Amino acid sequence: MAEFHTETMTVNMGPQHPSTHGVLRLVLQLDGEQILSASPTIGYLHTGIEKTAEQKKWQQVIPLVERMDYLSAQSNSMAFCMSVERLLGVELPERVKNIRILLAELQRINSHLVWLGTHGMEVGAVSVMLYCFRERELLLNINEMIAGFRLFPSYMRVGGLREDLPRGFHDAVRAFLERMPGKLDEYEDLLTQNEIYLKRTQGVGVISKDDAVAWGLLGPIARAAGVDYDVRKVFPYLGYETYEFAVPTQAAGDVYSRYKVRVAEIRESMKICRQALDRITPRGEYAIGDTKITPPPKDRVYTEMEALIQHFLIYSQGFTVPVGEAYVPVEGPRGEQGFYVVSDGTNRPWRIKSRPPSLLACQALERMIVGGLIADVIAVIGSIDVVMGDVDR
Amino acid sequence: MDAAELVASLQQAIPDATFEPVATVDLQPTFYVSRDHVVAVAKVLRDSADLKFAFLAELTATDYWPSEPRFEVVYVMVSLAYKRRLRMKVRVHGSDAHLATVCNVWPAANWLEREVWDLFGIVFDGHPDPRRLLMPEDWEGFPLRKDSPVQIRRPPHIAEPLQVTAEEFRISVERDRLSREQM
Repeated sequence: MAEFHTETMTVNMGPQHPSTHGVLRLVLQLDGEQILSASPTIGYLHTGIEKTAEQKKWQQVIPLVERMDYLSAQSNSMAFCMSVERLLGVELPERVKNIRILLAELQRINSHLVWLGTHGMEVGAVSVMLYCFRERELLLNINEMIAGFRLFPSYMRVGGLREDLPRGFHDAVRAFLERMPGKLDEYEDLLTQNEIYLKRTQGVGVISKDDAVAWGLLGPIARAAGVDYDVRKVFPYLGYETYEFAVPTQAAGDVYSRYKVRVAEIRESMKICRQALDRITPRGEYAIGDTKITPPPKDRVYTEMEALIQHFLIYSQGFTVPVGEAYVPVEGPRGEQGFYVVSDGTNRPWRIKSRPPSLLACQALERMIVGGLIADVIAVIGSIDVVMGDVDR
Repeated sequence: MDAAELVASLQQAIPDATFEPVATVDLQPTFYVSRDHVVAVAKVLRDSADLKFAFLAELTATDYWPSEPRFEVVYVMVSLAYKRRLRMKVRVHGSDAHLATVCNVWPAANWLEREVWDLFGIVFDGHPDPRRLLMPEDWEGFPLRKDSPVQIRRPPHIAEPLQVTAEEFRISVERDRLSREQM
């Protein structure tokens, strides 16, 4: 029998591959269907947001940071505002804290729904995608209601919120929270016991508990590997310690346990949303009363000279932030998130740096796919939930 | 444990290094450490039984140009066992912008250090993969330095088409195949 001559093959996966969630390029070395090595190449979406932000006034940075991780806009701007507020040394009113918690949790549900939909579609369950986007539409409608913008509301401001909640906000959120649990059960009916889904995900893309910590993957990926760490519990902010919720964890560390963790997180988030909604009054304080930071209401600008001056000063010069540095961690949909902010005492940031959970997930991707099959790469990329805007910034 | 206590215990472990605790507004203990002792301090922080900062949350830099030392490299760490956070900073001179890599201590530092090299031009000695991360490979300059311009116009770069004769191509393919067989 003639001797077989085999050789390895180098394949470019991406940058325009539909399942790489943006423009991630993987150079894979294959032996048949098995992956020998993988090297991710990133940077195709690098737009220099951190450099741009140094040229902007503090409030003007908020739309920029929302566009970094485009699936968790409210969490990004909340993390940025909290770092700046820590530098300013301001304490927010209780109502603003609760509204921020509510919006951050809705954003988490939103992000997890996009994740569940796209991940389901990539492993062959297209109907899950259609269902998830149907429910996500309700969340985008809520964003449109509060800010007139569906993806990047820019509703968080340093010192509170841009304006008060609109009429009908409570009803819209309540309607969503009533509808969602039944729908989530529907998604689980489609996937949790689905034989094909189990075959595609169980034991695939495993990362151990120690590796998850060493590679800095803290978030849903590490919780799926058994690391019981959630910023909301360990370093509570905005009064999360007064809310009742659990931190779901799994032990296996594979794609399937990441799915289980995220679905459980949606349920916990809904629990937090219900508690927050009960605490928020329909009308009330929406920002701190500091006249140097918060612009006055529009009707006063039109009728009072002082308010007009204050309005003019805030929009033309902004406000100054004391010299110093701050990093306030929050739990974003993809894990620990935060902005390292340095001020030199002027009205523009000296440096801002976001902690990118997606970048670290992308870095550890190689460890999860080498030795596996090429078809599993798609399932693994989906399961680590990378947002390339957050990776490249 | 505040920064002063932490520094005292670290000083005991590494007598050569110089530490300087600083006050911060965000309740994270912060200290400066001398550049040559970064890796030794990082190992103590990770392995010492009463610290256990196993998780490197962030590694970045700040440029304070035109003052010197212009760079500060910042490490943010979390101890899961004791639920504590910590920030370690290193001053780096612009004329001598390099320090040792901590990739062997925290693997997560790999891409974060590459990003700092890419955007600030700080060299990490002993880094296993010292390439640019976000900017194009042939980029000149380091965009996040304060003396780097915000807007630049470059003439379009046109690469010469690669000219290979049929014979050269065949030889190259054959050479690749032979080198693989030898492996």
